[in-house]
Amino acid sequence: MLRYLLDRDTWQEVYDSLSKNKLRTVITMIGVWWGILLLIGLLGSARGMENSFNRLFGDFATNSVFIWGQSTSRPFKGFQEGRRVRLSLTDAKKVEDNIEGIEFVVPRNQNQGTVVRNFLSGRFNVAGDYPLLDVVQKKKLVFGRFINQNDIDHKKKVAVISEDVYKQLFEIKEDPVGAYMQINGMNFTVIGVFEESNVRMGPGSDIHIPFTTFQQVYNQGDQIGWIMVTGKPDYNIKQIELDAKLLLRNLNQIHPKDNRAFGSFNLGENFDKVTGFLTGMQFLTWFVGIATLIAGVFAIGNILLITVKERTKEIGVRRALGATPFEIKRQIVTEAVFLTLFAGIFGIISGGWILILLDYYYGQGDDATLVNASVSIAIVFLALLILIILGTLIGLIPAFKATSVRPIEALREE
Amino acid sequence: MLEIKELHKSYPIGDSSLHVLKGINLSVKEGEMVAIMGSSGSGKSTLLNIIGMLDEADSGSYVLDGIPIKNLTEKKAALYRNRFLGFIFQSFNLINYKNALENVALPLYYQGVKRKERQEQAMFYLEKVGLADWAHHLPKELSGGQNQRVAIARALAANPKLLLADEPTGALDTHTSYDLMAFIQELNDEGKTILMVTHEEDIANMCKRIVKLRDGIIMEDKLVELDSRITCLI
Repeated sequence: MLRYLLDRDTWQEVYDSLSKNKLRTVITMIGVWWGILLLIGLLGSARGMENSFNRLFGDFATNSVFIWGQSTSRPFKGFQEGRRVRLSLTDAKKVEDNIEGIEFVVPRNQNQGTVVRNFLSGRFNVAGDYPLLDVVQKKKLVFGRFINQNDIDHKKKVAVISEDVYKQLFEIKEDPVGAYMQINGMNFTVIGVFEESNVRMGPGSDIHIPFTTFQQVYNQGDQIGWIMVTGKPDYNIKQIELDAKLLLRNLNQIHPKDNRAFGSFNLGENFDKVTGFLTGMQFLTWFVGIATLIAGVFAIGNILLITVKERTKEIGVRRALGATPFEIKRQIVTEAVFLTLFAGIFGIISGGWILILLDYYYGQGDDATLVNASVSIAIVFLALLILIILGTLIGLIPAFKATSVRPIEALREE
Repeated sequence: MLEIKELHKSYPIGDSSLHVLKGINLSVKEGEMVAIMGSSGSGKSTLLNIIGMLDEADSGSYVLDGIPIKNLTEKKAALYRNRFLGFIFQSFNLINYKNALENVALPLYYQGVKRKERQEQAMFYLEKVGLADWAHHLPKELSGGQNQRVAIARALAANPKLLLADEPTGALDTHTSYDLMAFIQELNDEGKTILMVTHEEDIANMCKRIVKLRDGIIMEDKLVELDSRITCLI
């Protein structure tokens, strides 16, 4: 078999019979070419979307949930319904200590504040945060640094501001680090400027100040606005959310079935939905690609059937000259496989070009729609393997057709 | 060389069947040049097809060079055709997208002869038929006579025991026909056994022996007398 494939005569025969009608050969190949081009183009685009999605969410701990207090909806242990619920630092600590599979619990506080600098002012969201926030929601810093433990310990009056705040309150190219600004009439030193993310998860904050400073300045005591809980990779964030809420209801004297006492936003669950959508798209891509490919391969089989019919006499002559039925079949199958494979390789190359074009137009810059739209080599080889298999199978039909006619009848054909 | 005894063959036509060969007995010795004559429907083509292993007889025996030809599988038949027989057809039956050399080399390809050797042998036979200069021309670029010579070269390429020609001059004009027959006579003089089907009296007279068929039986089997045998001197 290998000797047959490496023999120059084999390919000479294939080349001769295919180049006999070049136009038809080319038209035959278009189906498979188009199928594989679609497959590669779509798979690459799907991958590009996935990559861009991953990049957008890359800075977030996607396996996380936000929980905040609302109002009770059921009376419990002598309390009336409609009682306002607020989380406390003790709650946060208890959640972290008692729920299985938790990686971090980040308590946060937020408020509106009027910010004044020189003659400029604006109203912004001010959040009290721990350095841990930088771990679960990576901040891209343009200038300076984020809040550190020292700031927390000494309740320092420092602020990390968003690029938006910087643009509104500072001159172009002015160095903001070390500058002073008033937040609700109190002086803060700017220690960093962060770049705003494309996607917002939870309420956005324009200015971050140390959690402890926030506590003191706004007289919050032990109370916190909400907590962000991130789970360890192997744990189901939905379960963590349920467990944490149950524990919190217990701690705050709330009816165990009171579902409205705590509000939450499960980032992990929503992330899964989008990932599920992407998986679905990939499935669809494979489906469409393979279906088109099969249609293309059938076109090749169809044309080869016609070709075989036209070549009945030639095949008869070959058999009179001593070609065995196996040799005839082998040649036709080789032609089919060669056609599919050749068209497929062209399709892969053109698909690659399309991906290069897509990358050029949609894949540049930080907010690109498609990031690194590409297909892996493994998929390319898989596609080629599928082509060889389909080509062989479809080639068998005209091959058997070719040898089903007896040579004497084939020779009589005009 | 060739022994045929009590050969019968019939074809089904609708519900009935057509008895084409009704007991043929024929013996051909090595070096003979036999013309099989007969009107259409006499069974001459069927006989040639059976001899050429393209068709099989219903009953009777056929022995070619000591080998009984019976119940052949397609593979075996292909092998025997390739080794023992050379075919010359009325319409040449050259493969139109292959040049003369490649056409001649085709039986050698199916014998598994290596490319280089094959081309050399094919070239040798092309030279023999006087078409070496046309080796790289396609059939459509050659005249009818030239094409039939290429076909003869192809039939000779595998060095067969027996040459089978089915109306070899049927598609050629008289002048070219005589030319071609002269060449076939030359081959016969060199020792090739030749069996040819024809309905032209003059062509048949250029052979050494004439077998006349009518309605599936041999009517006449005579040797052509040397003085009446037409030798072409053109």
